[in-house]
Amino acid sequence: MIEIGLGHYLTLAAIIFVIGIIGIFLNRRNVIIILMSIELILLAVNINLVSFSIYLQNIVGQVFTMFILTVAAAEAAVGLAIIVIYYKNKGSIHVEQISSLKG
Amino acid sequence: MEYAIVFLPLIGSIISGFFGKRLGDQFCQIFTSSLVAVSAILSLYIFYLVIFQDYSSNKLIFNWISSGNFSANWSIKVDPLTAVMLVVISFISSLIHFYSIGYMDHDPNKPRFMSYLSLFTFAMLTLVTADNFLQLFFGWEGVGLCSYLLIGFWYKKPSANSAAIKAFIVNRVGDFGFAIGIFLIFFFYGTVDYNEVFQQTPEFLGKQVIFLGIEFNLITSICLLLFLGSMGKSAQIMLHTWLPDAMEGPTPVSALIHAATMVTAGVFLVVRCSPIFEYSQVALNVVAVVGVITAFFAATVALVQNDIKKIIAYSTCSQLGYMFFAAGVGAYHVAIFHLFTHAFFKALLFLGAGCVIHSFKEEQDIRLMGGVWKKIPFTYALMIIGTLALTGFPFLSGYYSKDAIIEFAYLKGSTVGLFAAGMGIFTAFLTAIYSWRLIFKTFHGKYNNKESGLSSIHESSSTMLIPSLFLAIGAIFAGALFKEMFIGQNSDFWDSSILFLQSIDHEHVPYWLLLITPLIVIFAIPVSYYLFIENEKIIKNFVFKNQTLYNFLVNKWYFDEFYNFIFVQPIKKIGLFLWKKGDLNTIDRYGPDGLSKLVKILSDKAVNFQSGYLYHYAFVMLIGFSILLTYLILY
Repeated sequence: MIEIGLGHYLTLAAIIFVIGIIGIFLNRRNVIIILMSIELILLAVNINLVSFSIYLQNIVGQVFTMFILTVAAAEAAVGLAIIVIYYKNKGSIHVEQISSLKG
Repeated sequence: MEYAIVFLPLIGSIISGFFGKRLGDQFCQIFTSSLVAVSAILSLYIFYLVIFQDYSSNKLIFNWISSGNFSANWSIKVDPLTAVMLVVISFISSLIHFYSIGYMDHDPNKPRFMSYLSLFTFAMLTLVTADNFLQLFFGWEGVGLCSYLLIGFWYKKPSANSAAIKAFIVNRVGDFGFAIGIFLIFFFYGTVDYNEVFQQTPEFLGKQVIFLGIEFNLITSICLLLFLGSMGKSAQIMLHTWLPDAMEGPTPVSALIHAATMVTAGVFLVVRCSPIFEYSQVALNVVAVVGVITAFFAATVALVQNDIKKIIAYSTCSQLGYMFFAAGVGAYHVAIFHLFTHAFFKALLFLGAGCVIHSFKEEQDIRLMGGVWKKIPFTYALMIIGTLALTGFPFLSGYYSKDAIIEFAYLKGSTVGLFAAGMGIFTAFLTAIYSWRLIFKTFHGKYNNKESGLSSIHESSSTMLIPSLFLAIGAIFAGALFKEMFIGQNSDFWDSSILFLQSIDHEHVPYWLLLITPLIVIFAIPVSYYLFIENEKIIKNFVFKNQTLYNFLVNKWYFDEFYNFIFVQPIKKIGLFLWKKGDLNTIDRYGPDGLSKLVKILSDKAVNFQSGYLYHYAFVMLIGFSILLTYLILY
């Protein structure tokens, strides 16, 4: 049996983080996928926090995780709301077509 | 009272200049004219006081500049010399204001015109009432500015604009000398006040100034530099080219500025500075010679001109030459006397010419006139009076002043004096010829104008004729009336305003000299009638045989072409070079234009950053964050 240590947790977190980033860049279709990718990045950070909390025997990391989850939920709600409004206005949430910020 | 004389025209100018549109044309015309008229009446009163009560004053307005040991005042100095100038300026100016009401009848910009005229009057009055060189310079430039504005009054005509610029630039040459003269005076005397300068002058006799290693006599160099200024303003030879072109302006302007007042400012300056000029025989000789040459030159050119105003302009130039050689032989009072009488008859001639031009519907070429003296008898009479006075017909004003100039030059006895007298007599003959040519071509002979029929020629309105009438009275009587007082042997009218080191005995004039000029002048009338009306073939043959001489005269001795070749073209080339190569291709290219181009290129690149795609922004954020983090971890 392999002893599952800190390194594994951190590796997992890093993998999820990278998946999130790649999700942002390779995604050409849907804004919702970007939102999901951001959520993945946040979760990767949470995993880091929790694993360090256990490793260092310090509860503060887990308390922070709870906070971050709360904020992430709120942020997801806001993000979805923006997407809904955007869809109502433009009739599409296709990422390639969202470029009204172009200077 | 002195304040009123000087400032009433300024008030008129400001009000009609700034509020003219609101107050209406007619109000402006009458308002400015009457203010100047009041000023003229007060001037006459001052003149009366000066004659009978030896009145003189120096009223301070305020201290203008006071810096270290330099101080200059605004003030109104009244002495006999100033009083004469005051009368000439304000009297003729007010008549011309009234004349302009008629002459500018069809012009849309009447308030502007009246405003300029009044402003000119004000500047000229400050010039003659100055008690120091700085205020004189202010007035000097002020009249130059007004002259520029009025020559270019019809600014839609390109020729008027270029004539205005030419007048301004040619005057710059003279003013340059004038300014250096004033600097020299201040540098050595430590003051620019007339009285102090004139008092100190004898102390500087024989003093040398060293410039570029060459020694110059101080007094002579001051005089010559001041005279350079006079040459510019009074259109003496070499700096005269602007005066004929200045005839582009409206005729009242030509009468007021380019005949009666502004152009005589140079003569006034020389006479005013007589306490300096008297100490430099060299400078006086230069003044006399330049004057004689100008008188002769302008008279020869006037012989062949065809524009009625240009003939009179060259005649003015010639008469100014007379004034200068009078001053040059030391007869300053005669110079001013001629200035005084000349103002009347030359303004009269110009106003008469204005009436003629008006009658012929803006035609100025005398070849296209003729045979109309019965149609416009009043104008004809005015022109005849002006011409008689100008040529020096016995007992009219020009006779007294011009003959006096020739007599004084002769009595001076020196080589320059005799030369001047001889040339003066010959020029008087030329003057008579070209003046009568003007009269005969304009009023006699066949009617030559095809544009408008003979029946459409009519007399000008009475607002134009009545002011001319006043001038005609002046042109007839001014000479006889004031002769004794101005140039009489025992007159003490000038008091201390003119300095004579040695007075010229004027009692014993040889009889032949007294008779020769009037005889020549009278003789010239039938001669020119014969040449220009009876038998034109003689002239035509003569011109045909002497084509070179004729071209030389028609082209005004090639002065304009010469200047064009020597100054205008090279400077134009240098200017073009500096503009195209220096300014556009070097400074602009690498300076402001280059910088703005660089910024534009950079910002065009930066725009690509703003793609508008969310994932690009996120990527940038991430890269930035990673770099920051790497940096923090490594260091």
